[in-house]
Amino acid sequence: MTPMSLLKYSLASLSGNRLRTGLSLVGVMIGVAAVLVLTALGEGARRYVTDQFSSLGTNLLVVLPGKTETSGLVGFGGIPNDLTLLDAQAVARGTRAAERVAPLSMGTEEIEYRARRRQVAIIGTTAEYQPARQLVVEKGEFLPAGDWTRGSPVVVLGQKAAAELFGAESPVGKVIRVGEWRIRVIGVLARQGVKMGLDFDDIAIIPVATGMQMFNRSSLFRILVQTYAHADLEEAKKTVRSILTERHEEEDITVITQDAVLATFSSILRVLTLALAAIAAVSLSVAGIGIMNVMLVSVSERTREIGLLKALGVARGQILAVFLAEAGLISTIGGLLGLSLGWALVQILLQVFPALPARSPTWAVVAAFVTSVAVGLVFGILPARRATKLDPIEALSRR
Amino acid sequence: MIRLDNIHRTFQVGTQEVRALVDVTEEIAAGEHVAIMGPSGSGKSTLLNLIGCLDKPTLGSYSLNGREIATLSESELTAIRRHEIGFVFQFFHLVPRLTAVGNIELPMVFAGIPRRERRQRASQALDAVGLSDRAEHRPDQLSGGERQRVALARSTVMNPTILLADEPTGNLDSKSGGVVLDLLGQMNAAGLTLIVVTHDPIVAQRADRVLLLQDGRIRKRVKSSAIAEILQFLADGGDT
Repeated sequence: MTPMSLLKYSLASLSGNRLRTGLSLVGVMIGVAAVLVLTALGEGARRYVTDQFSSLGTNLLVVLPGKTETSGLVGFGGIPNDLTLLDAQAVARGTRAAERVAPLSMGTEEIEYRARRRQVAIIGTTAEYQPARQLVVEKGEFLPAGDWTRGSPVVVLGQKAAAELFGAESPVGKVIRVGEWRIRVIGVLARQGVKMGLDFDDIAIIPVATGMQMFNRSSLFRILVQTYAHADLEEAKKTVRSILTERHEEEDITVITQDAVLATFSSILRVLTLALAAIAAVSLSVAGIGIMNVMLVSVSERTREIGLLKALGVARGQILAVFLAEAGLISTIGGLLGLSLGWALVQILLQVFPALPARSPTWAVVAAFVTSVAVGLVFGILPARRATKLDPIEALSRR
Repeated sequence: MIRLDNIHRTFQVGTQEVRALVDVTEEIAAGEHVAIMGPSGSGKSTLLNLIGCLDKPTLGSYSLNGREIATLSESELTAIRRHEIGFVFQFFHLVPRLTAVGNIELPMVFAGIPRRERRQRASQALDAVGLSDRAEHRPDQLSGGERQRVALARSTVMNPTILLADEPTGNLDSKSGGVVLDLLGQMNAAGLTLIVVTHDPIVAQRADRVLLLQDGRIRKRVKSSAIAEILQFLADGGDT
């Protein structure tokens, strides 16, 4: 008997009972689609977080004032030294692995052009900030490179801030008021979106020295250090810490690698995806029990047929193959339908939540399909064996 | 050539032992036409199943065309059922979802005969039972007589040497039963060994000889022309 004629025979008997076959198909289909959709959600969440981090720039060290651990003696060493522009310059000079260093001060101010006012986040920084954070300038230019301590009265506006203030007017070259200061607009950023909770479209970027004067602060908010390569991060971290510890005569700063945070999030979310896949797999095994049930009914309904096959000289192995093929067909076709249903649902998900990059990982797609086929074969064994064990004489004596 | 030597067949039903065949010895030559008769429970069907290799004797020896059945493996028995033996049943046992041609092709499908040859042999077999115009009908679209003729075509399409029929007309009216018996007769005349289990003396009359069974034993072997003797045996419930 050729595999082709075996499949044809099994397919014919499946289509002989459409409702029953259809219902068990749906069981497998839902199981496979569930795996796809749930893993797509998990993977989407993971990629969303990962993208958020990497859109902030890669190979970054973030230096912040203060130690994150609780200090023992309150009042002594509890208040950290300021993180100054000179510290930033020392880091930039002393860290060989650093490709660039960008100091950062932050605050909020009202910006004003003619009658329009708007409260925005102000970032005081330097020219190095643009490549480190991968910002794209749409019109004009970014902050000029040069002496960090010289605060020139220039500003680069976020897309939305510029649009709100100027409408259709071209902002570049115009003078706006930032707080008490009169500052000339030299550039407008392209659309950046929200990154780590900060809306980069609704900001104003000014030179760091200007910022520190404006907010009347002696300490920087952060120092960003970007290394040449990922492998340099650890070394750079040590260098930065030792430079600043030496300058402050105590270790009162915290250095965070972005990758460490990212890796933690990523692995947490990967486990979440796996857990979701496992939950969905449970529904697949339920579908398998459905197939077994249907096949058991089919075997007892077709007792006479099985007896006949034996009388016709059909081997046990062939009878086993017939019933296994039927169970396998249900699960395979159900699996294929489930893949298309799952794919369609993920597409709908993408339409409804465009921000979430929901996509089932390849391993989940392959595993869902392979599992569904395996489920049919495994749960088909018991009914198929029952068929081969039927006594032909008894089977044939029935009406 | 069928050779049965001191065959016993015992079933265990609960705690009770049922002796379905007791010390049966018989020889049936190739091309013979034999009828087996006897009251219900006399062991007719058991004997037929045994000859058809669906069952094995508890004791005794059965040799078919010179091969001792007891020594054969499961797959060799399967091959014998496939190539040497054809079965016809009282309730036809056609597969309801398959057409007449599909049912006749069934044994060839599992024997791995190529599609083209299958089609050709199935339509020949269908032609032989006079149902060429019913090829694409499903069993529920056929009359009882037509169903049995399809079953007959199916049982002979693998060119067996022995045809075993268990009450082949038991479910048919006399007219369509007659057609089926004529066909069986033709096949026997063409060289097929034919063994028919029946209640009906008219069916038995067509055989060369009749085995009369009772309580698992062959009580009498009579010429089919000895109709009076057969009727007497049946009327006495076999007690002679």
